[in-house]
Amino acid sequence: MRQFKDNLFRGLLWLSAFLSVAVLVMIVGFIFYKGIGLISFDFIFGDYSPAGGGGIWPMIVTTIYTVLISLIIATPIGILAAVYLQEYAKQGRLVRLIRFATESLTGIPSIIYGLFGAVFFVTTLKLGMSILAASLTLTIIVLPVIIRTTEEALKTVPRSYREGSLALGTTKLQTLYKVILPSSMPGILSGIILSVGRIVGESAAIFLTAGTVAAMPDSILSSARTLTVHSYLVTQEAGDIELAAAVGIVLIVIILAINLSATYISKKFNRATNK
Amino acid sequence: MEQLKEGKSIINVRDLNLFYGEKQALFGVDLAIHEKEVTALIGPSGCGKSTFLRTLNRMNDLIDGVKITGDIVINHEDIYKTNDVIKLRTKVGMVFQKPNLFPMSIYDNVAYGPRMQGIKNKKELNNIVEESLRSAAIWDEVKDRLKTSALGLSGGQQQRVCIARAIAMKPDIILMDEPTSALDPISTLKIEELITNMKEDYTIVIVTHNMQQAARVSDKTAFFLNGEIVEYDDTDNIFSTPQDQRTEDYVTGRFG
Amino acid sequence: MSIPTTNKQAVEIGKANKRKYMLEKLSSRIFLICALLSVITLLLIIGFVFYKGAHPFVAGGYSFIDFIFGTDWVPSEDKFGIFPMIVASIFATIGALIIGVPIGLFTAIFLAEIASKRLAKIISPAIQLLAGIPSVLYGVFGLAIIIPFLQNTFGLVKGQSLLAVILVLAIMMLPTIVTVAETAIRAVPQTYREGSYALGVSQIGTIFKVIVPAAKSGIMTAIVLGLGRAIGETMAVILVAGNSLIVPTSLTDSVRPLTTNIALEMGYAFGTHQEMLFATGIVLFSFILILNFVLAKISAKGGN
Repeated sequence: MRQFKDNLFRGLLWLSAFLSVAVLVMIVGFIFYKGIGLISFDFIFGDYSPAGGGGIWPMIVTTIYTVLISLIIATPIGILAAVYLQEYAKQGRLVRLIRFATESLTGIPSIIYGLFGAVFFVTTLKLGMSILAASLTLTIIVLPVIIRTTEEALKTVPRSYREGSLALGTTKLQTLYKVILPSSMPGILSGIILSVGRIVGESAAIFLTAGTVAAMPDSILSSARTLTVHSYLVTQEAGDIELAAAVGIVLIVIILAINLSATYISKKFNRATNK
Repeated sequence: MEQLKEGKSIINVRDLNLFYGEKQALFGVDLAIHEKEVTALIGPSGCGKSTFLRTLNRMNDLIDGVKITGDIVINHEDIYKTNDVIKLRTKVGMVFQKPNLFPMSIYDNVAYGPRMQGIKNKKELNNIVEESLRSAAIWDEVKDRLKTSALGLSGGQQQRVCIARAIAMKPDIILMDEPTSALDPISTLKIEELITNMKEDYTIVIVTHNMQQAARVSDKTAFFLNGEIVEYDDTDNIFSTPQDQRTEDYVTGRFG
Repeated sequence: MSIPTTNKQAVEIGKANKRKYMLEKLSSRIFLICALLSVITLLLIIGFVFYKGAHPFVAGGYSFIDFIFGTDWVPSEDKFGIFPMIVASIFATIGALIIGVPIGLFTAIFLAEIASKRLAKIISPAIQLLAGIPSVLYGVFGLAIIIPFLQNTFGLVKGQSLLAVILVLAIMMLPTIVTVAETAIRAVPQTYREGSYALGVSQIGTIFKVIVPAAKSGIMTAIVLGLGRAIGETMAVILVAGNSLIVPTSLTDSVRPLTTNIALEMGYAFGTHQEMLFATGIVLFSFILILNFVLAKISAKGGN
């Protein structure tokens, strides 16, 4: 009887793993199978044509814009906030409040960020549906990610480095930028790279703040579409699965590249610290 | 406190109390440390000797909730009243229990302190680095690899570079917190030799667990117990004719 | 003693160091401000969303009870009831959990305990990668594969349904659950396994009697994180939900969860209609806050 039960559960474990892998392989396989026919140089670098057959270059450019703008704002703020929490703050109510806020921000679904962005950046600050409004919204979304990964990276810097530096009559600020930040840079970098993934994958918040204009943006105050929003809209409006899948391939390749570089950096980091 | 033989005191501690929050760790410590001598602080672990050492360059400031009363006068300045920690720490260097070189080249490690003080001239830095490494008796071992990572050196070599790093600041006093506890016996011997040579130029205060080490390298020894100084005297006297029963028990290895 | 230890007057701090101390103070202020920004944005988000969402009930004379329990959502006739959406969201989330949690958990156990190192080394990173794939693509997959499949299997006219939403969300939460739970199971000390084997317990028995209970809090975290992903998902759900405004009575009914209601109508809504979408956001937000609270409780327990 126990033998039977063991075999039953063992079978279930194998089955579940098989199902998970099969389903996930199916998704990626499906995207590539459906989309690969459309992939060409012109598709990636060509201008979009509403009549069909055009490229997705405007969406790639828009995606790059949103990534760059959000990171330019979120990275310094996130790193300095983490520095405050790890290096400067005395543990107490204020730190607990900041930590609580950061954690809560992590849990908010992106549609709520979208609502906030639509009323605050788009309407109240009068930025209109624009790349800038979307990027600012995305800044808030990735800020907790950068804060948390930077904090983790700072934690790995041995206390003895700090003591060693301060004992030589340096200030905390000097110790920070000469010793602590350089030692934790790989961890911080992989946090930033993960944020890129989050921004590229985001759809709902961008949908509500950047609008859906399918054209090359004139400026960061133009309304535009990112790759994910484009993939959604061609499915929803035109039922064009092949086009959506082709955009999907581009997205998957980007995510793959992001993950590989994050892994590479953290591996290099581990080697450096083990030495 | 008993009168000490000759010497000019450079550190004067008067009625020093230290609290970690509610808990008191040092009780009314009085101590006069003499210039260009090696003073050893001995005692069982948890007796407060390391804590005391760290008050001398205000490293305890880094810990939340530490409160200090009493006076520490170094070079005629009360270091807790002057409030210039940067200047204090450039004058009072420190070597830690475990070598804590930064993940940079040997050269950059030694040049780190002077650079942070604003010295940019290459020639001047080169001189400081060479001199400091020579004084720490490690120049010959590392002169051909100054630009390689300091973390590639052996533990004993790293600790001597740490000493060089402290020397590069041209301090008056060097504090050493069990500097050989992480090292093998041969490296330990080299460092002890170095300490003996260094006292020509520096006042050294060393915390050690190792009583033979205290006997070998120090001129004066203070015995700490439960946050108080039980006895402070010439090292010879402490080890041959201790006045206090507890000191005798400790140095003869009856507890600790 | 040659030097009397009288207190010396504080000596003037050197000019160079004075600048350093000033920089110290300035920089620590700037760091503090950066850290406070997350608190400020959280307050802004809550403030704006709640201000907008509460307005119709506070100033417009609308009843909050009618809003929550009303079954009609006809903005042109001034009717705003989100009960169907609440039910749809809850059903979709619970359904996704029922399918996604056991499969995800069993997969995690398989990878950590049963699979050879070589196999796990191939599968685990692949699954991690899938956690990063934009959720829209899961929706595209659902629309192109799951919906026709449901139409054929159940003979439906329209495949967009509660069941389709459940399947897409279950698949989407899989990578999250597998990755987090696998880490938790791998963290269980080897001695636990050895101790159990030494008592003659089989590998399967050890897994379910010793290892899973030991990794309980990590597994709970995995589930709550997967849940968070499911309840907040929007764009992928729109593609497969059908978006009908009825209280679902069967798995094959077309549904409109809370998130999709916001995304579908925000583009053209204004006035009270727009405020009601913010109110929908508040309801969603409350769900998430409860979820976060649970997560915090669990991780606090795990910390002990």
